[in-house]
Amino acid sequence: MSNQPRQAIHDSTAPSTDTRDSRMGEGVDDRFNSRLREAFGSTPFILTKFDKFMNWVRGSSMFMLQFGIACCSIEMMHTYAIKHDLDRFGAGVPRASPRQADVIIVPGTIVSKFGPRMKRVYDQMPEPKFVVGMGSCTISGGPFQEGYNVVKGAEEIIPVDIHVPGCPPRPEALIYGVAKLQERVANGETSPVVVKPYELEEFGDLPRDELIDKLAAEIDEEDLVMRYNWADSP
Amino acid sequence: MSTELERTVPVTEEAELERLVGDRALSTDDHKNAPAFVVRPDAVQDVLFDLRDEAGFDHLSCVTAQQYEDRYETIYHLKKYDDPTQEVSVVVPTSTDEPVSQTAEPVYRSADWGEREAFDLVGIDYEGHPDPRRILLPETWQGHPLDLSYDQDKPQLVTLAEHANPLQEDHRDAETDTMFLNIGPHHPATHGVLHVKTVLDGETVADVEPDIGYLHRCEEQMCEQGTYRHQIMPYPDRWDYTANMPNEWAYARAAEDLADLEVPDYAQVLRTMGCELSRMAGHFLALGTFALDVFGDFTAIFQYAFRDRELAQDILEDLTGQRMMYNYFRLGGVAWDVPEPREEFFEKTRDFLDGLPTKVEEYDDLLTGNEVFQIRCVDTGILEPEIAKQYGCTGPVARGSGIDYDLRRDDPYGYYPELEWDVVTEDGKDNYSRVLVRMQEVEQSAKIVEQCIDLLEEWPEDDREIQSNVPRTLKPDPGTETYKAVENAKGELGIYIRADGTDTPGRFKIRSPCFHNLSTLAEMSQGEYVPDLVASLGSLDVILGEVDR
Ligand code: SF4
Repeated sequence: MSNQPRQAIHDSTAPSTDTRDSRMGEGVDDRFNSRLREAFGSTPFILTKFDKFMNWVRGSSMFMLQFGIACCSIEMMHTYAIKHDLDRFGAGVPRASPRQADVIIVPGTIVSKFGPRMKRVYDQMPEPKFVVGMGSCTISGGPFQEGYNVVKGAEEIIPVDIHVPGCPPRPEALIYGVAKLQERVANGETSPVVVKPYELEEFGDLPRDELIDKLAAEIDEEDLVMRYNWADSP
Repeated sequence: MSTELERTVPVTEEAELERLVGDRALSTDDHKNAPAFVVRPDAVQDVLFDLRDEAGFDHLSCVTAQQYEDRYETIYHLKKYDDPTQEVSVVVPTSTDEPVSQTAEPVYRSADWGEREAFDLVGIDYEGHPDPRRILLPETWQGHPLDLSYDQDKPQLVTLAEHANPLQEDHRDAETDTMFLNIGPHHPATHGVLHVKTVLDGETVADVEPDIGYLHRCEEQMCEQGTYRHQIMPYPDRWDYTANMPNEWAYARAAEDLADLEVPDYAQVLRTMGCELSRMAGHFLALGTFALDVFGDFTAIFQYAFRDRELAQDILEDLTGQRMMYNYFRLGGVAWDVPEPREEFFEKTRDFLDGLPTKVEEYDDLLTGNEVFQIRCVDTGILEPEIAKQYGCTGPVARGSGIDYDLRRDDPYGYYPELEWDVVTEDGKDNYSRVLVRMQEVEQSAKIVEQCIDLLEEWPEDDREIQSNVPRTLKPDPGTETYKAVENAKGELGIYIRADGTDTPGRFKIRSPCFHNLSTLAEMSQGEYVPDLVASLGSLDVILGEVDR
């Protein structure tokens, strides 16, 4: 308030002086203590393996890819949004570009036309990268398992670290899945290598058969293609 | 009362139709919903022109294609925008060896995508079609999946050619100075997996072509494999997955019409209430994502919208046990009554409704009253009503262009005719109007829910029948066909079912409102700036699960 004497303003600087004093005082100021600091004891140094430290960092700050496919993505949005707020767990910053993301949540049904695109998006993410499969569709094709156009699970195309079952999984379930992933990442566990039957290949490299001969006039030799052998699908 | 039809539309009697079609009709067919005329494949345009211009059937609601043992068949389901209870179907059989039929595209623009889909899935060729390509499946697909002889186990090949770098040299046109740009299928502004092929002239959009099918989950095939009684109902929830429950009504309405089932009044009230709550949830999401699209507002409006959507979902979860995929309808009724203690449920719902006016005000302050928002939306993405009708637009998109068309009032079902509410229309024809329509529809839905709650509360205890008597296995008579539509959150969602005497449908066709609304994107955005294209796309509020089915 401007009609107050200047003295009042002068007074108000007192607390910060106190803080400064206490900061410079002996020992460590309580206010700057954290649980972590307590754990370290009096010396603020720790000895750890670099890998371990990196894993811990990775698990504690995950950048998710903003990636929506089907119905599950609506529940995924709820997970990011108010009330569930995935950000509380250090994993809530959706990135629009795959080149800035380390986790991809695959939220929905993958169909033949989308398979190659998803593979491409996954390939564009920098290593190390992790995949959370959300919903039954990414496990087996879910309710559409018998469809002529539906890929029978995300693992047919990319490796998946965590499967969250449900149709759609509740936001709580997705949070649990992400938390589990963080735990695994922090522990340095890697996911098992899976067989990926559907790969992006150059058309010219495919073994010739009836289908290839038929399409030879339409597709260039160098074009990338994905071949679905439905009969071999689970 | 506003829910009554005030318009007087001349009714075209069946006799008059017969006279109009004359001897071009090879025979008549008996569909449960409408008279059907069987015409020769080369007389399609002739007959349709007459029906449109002479009898006023200005709405091609749906194009259904199917294969029988001995022939292919295309059905054009026609309606009138002024009175959708007046319907007529035109059936066009073609031979199995040479399934060629004349295109209806010159008569109705909406036949463009409709026939492309029919070609893609069933394999009928449309002579004279301006763009006879596949629409849902990849260009390189072999065979037509809803064809009777289709072998699902054959390998298929899909290319990634469209994903060439958009900035590379050959995407620039040396003469006209235009540039080709891919938007999607993985892009934050496409609301899922939509691919928009765009040609830009500087910042202006010279040409747009939505490329769909990235979420074509074979919904029709799934429904044809399921039994009427229980196995089909879970699928409608997955069509328009932001406002799920009204979709269930589409299937329920068609199947109940097919098998002549009654629904008790009490169940109708429950259905009406659930659907309107679900519609509100869908509109909240549309508002939130639209704000995200036009000015990147992930923090305020998006979160506000999700807060309110959560509330609606909570109530629906109490009612159905599910947050999203309710599976609440049963043929002839619903699955559960409101949960006990009833008072608590009613109170919770009333609390939500009482809080709404303040929230709507908040949205008005933040969104529609916001200058930045208005600059982005007013007078952009103009959709003229005549064009909207040509493309078969319905729902908030049509109502934002001043087309007064809402099946809840015009083709009444459920408990809607008994309640007081208004159909919202806006005359702006732009992105802004479509948002306004949605916002006001939220208020109207709240009005409906409120009345339903009152009704449910006072309903005599011994009359709370939630399910009528329905045989354990439904086997409608072979050859029965019907096409019924309801108003879901995006517009007219229609279902065509043909029974073949078994307990699963012989043909199950979904008429998706988003599919038709999306087809207007080019009309809306040609000549506008790229950002307006994104705003227009957002204001159409397409849900890819419903576009691709
Ligand atoms: S798992 Fe269920 S909810 Fe999720 S995408 Fe598949 S069908 Fe939709």
